[in-house]
Amino acid sequence: MSKDVLIAARDLSVHFPLRGLGFGKRPVVRACEGINIEIEKGSFFGLVGESGSGKTTLGRAMLKAAPISHGEVIFSDDEVTYDLASLQGPELKDYRKRAQLIFQDPYAALSPRMTVRDIIAEPLEVMGITSSRDETDARVREIAAKCRLNLEHLRRFPHAFSGGQRQRISIARALVSDPKFIVADESVAALDVSIQADVLNLLNSIQQESGITFLFISHDLSVIAHTCDFVAVMYLGQIVEAAPTEKLFSETAHPYTKALLSAIPSLDPDDQHVAQKLEGEIPSPINPPPGCRFNTRCPHAQERCRKEVPEWREVSGGHNVACHFYQELA
Amino acid sequence: MTSPLISVKDLTLRFKTDEGLVTAVNDVSFDIAPGEVLGLVGESGSGKSVTAKSLMMLNAENSVYEEGSQITLRLDDEEIDVLSLRRPREQMVIRGGAISMIFQEPMASFAPAITIGDQMVEQLMIHSDMTAAQARDVSIEMLTRVGIPEPVQRFGQYAFEFSGGMRQRAMIAMALSTKPRLLIADEPTTALDVTIQAQVIELMKDLVREFHMSILFITHDLGVIAQTADRVAVMYLGNLVETGTVRQVINSPAHPYTRGLLNSLPKLDDLDAPLTPVPGDIPSPLDRPSGCVFHTRCVESDAIAEKCRNEIPLTSIDGANHRVACHLAAQGDQP
Repeated sequence: MSKDVLIAARDLSVHFPLRGLGFGKRPVVRACEGINIEIEKGSFFGLVGESGSGKTTLGRAMLKAAPISHGEVIFSDDEVTYDLASLQGPELKDYRKRAQLIFQDPYAALSPRMTVRDIIAEPLEVMGITSSRDETDARVREIAAKCRLNLEHLRRFPHAFSGGQRQRISIARALVSDPKFIVADESVAALDVSIQADVLNLLNSIQQESGITFLFISHDLSVIAHTCDFVAVMYLGQIVEAAPTEKLFSETAHPYTKALLSAIPSLDPDDQHVAQKLEGEIPSPINPPPGCRFNTRCPHAQERCRKEVPEWREVSGGHNVACHFYQELA
Repeated sequence: MTSPLISVKDLTLRFKTDEGLVTAVNDVSFDIAPGEVLGLVGESGSGKSVTAKSLMMLNAENSVYEEGSQITLRLDDEEIDVLSLRRPREQMVIRGGAISMIFQEPMASFAPAITIGDQMVEQLMIHSDMTAAQARDVSIEMLTRVGIPEPVQRFGQYAFEFSGGMRQRAMIAMALSTKPRLLIADEPTTALDVTIQAQVIELMKDLVREFHMSILFITHDLGVIAQTADRVAVMYLGNLVETGTVRQVINSPAHPYTRGLLNSLPKLDDLDAPLTPVPGDIPSPLDRPSGCVFHTRCVESDAIAEKCRNEIPLTSIDGANHRVACHLAAQGDQP
């Protein structure tokens, strides 16, 4: 493993078996299949895809919060190296300190019966990071200040806060154990645009100050474009294209990424470009189509796409794509 | 100029709550012309849904319409004073007759235990004198029209058997089958993925052309507005702060709030442009700021701050029906 990779998935698959109907093989939801990604230390890694593409499952597998059915996830910071598939006991507890999650819905993520101070302090107490109440309080205050919450806020309950403030509380809670890796799962999707920009700016400044590595999951390409250094595009459990942000937008190679980009409504009323239409909807991950998984909706699909699984090919440095015909389509 | 299809004049709506009267909509006036798409933009809590619902008298029991509020619906041969309709029989014309509504969450809008087909037939039989067989044919035709494959089979299925995009199409088919004059679309694409959103927007544009109806399109997404609306109204905390054509509002926004909204959007053509949030949070409607409701978050009001805090700005018109409620714009010292 090269030196500056913090967490890497190799040939990672996450399958969820369903209850069968009694006979034959039990159906399996193939949420993630053969994923290879490497997230560099201190980077802001974006993961984009439609609902049902498996992006949340991938994020959870990297936190060992979803079963790893096949392949491996290796986490390696300056102090430890963990193979997540076999991680358990005290090492798993230690990994929980190093990797944290920020949820989508700040209204559901905070207990209504705990004060903000208790919410932020809970990880410290549960993980035994601080030994005295004074130490806990000091740490809570330090983190709260970082997330622009003032001392008076700490005594209140979550219901007294707006969506943006609640999301800042969730961020504070994720930061309090001093993690190396944070998965932010649709962390701005539930917020209004005027507030969304504020939370994105906060995440960016935290990353620049403390060098925390982020996996930022979103369905919104324009949000990803603004925050992330590197983007991976997921479709039906597989990564179809991955590239540094600038390249992904300037040299888009995969037809799915192109469709996603053209579907974003333009702010210019005179821009009459018609969204490149994708027919139909994302197929079921229980029974994904053979060959390239995107072939049922791809406007350029040919015989080969229906039979052969496309290889993961390099377009240029750091830019990879899984499409048989990306060169012809360019 | 043709007379507008619906005129809202001085609409003020309060809710009776345990904590007192909450003003949800304050002195809002706008018109929608026949065949026009009006986009209504604002953050959550700005009163856009409540405004739309008052066109159909759908607001909860505890709502109080202030004296002087007026909503007039102009049909071919008659003018209807919407707020005076009290009995359900009279309200049929605004509830599914001349006005239909599609909602944000299509799963919550269909009854889960009745087939999609039965729900479509039921409302057609209420609003027209079709027989059940005719209503069935019309419903299947509408399902075909909105692009649902195998409409005959789909007709007999339940909402849970449809995917999200499909449900929203069925919802649109149902709302349009009575041939309404005005369609209220409350965040119709917010719960959908972008690729599906593009399909639904395309469909709605086609239908406007075909049926020549007006749409009140509610959304918080300015990109969606730019691509669909003819005119835009921006709401903040129950007040209309700016109205104008889509080009006027998006290309040369006159209100600081509209400018703030536009600046906080990530733009794809300039990835390095900083995102500028509108500072602070929308105030509680229980505690509305005095003067201009936006002054607590306004970054441009320093110069005449005193006036912004104390005086309610009047709506000024600059020539071509571009209206804005702001002291700064009235003084003409906007950039």
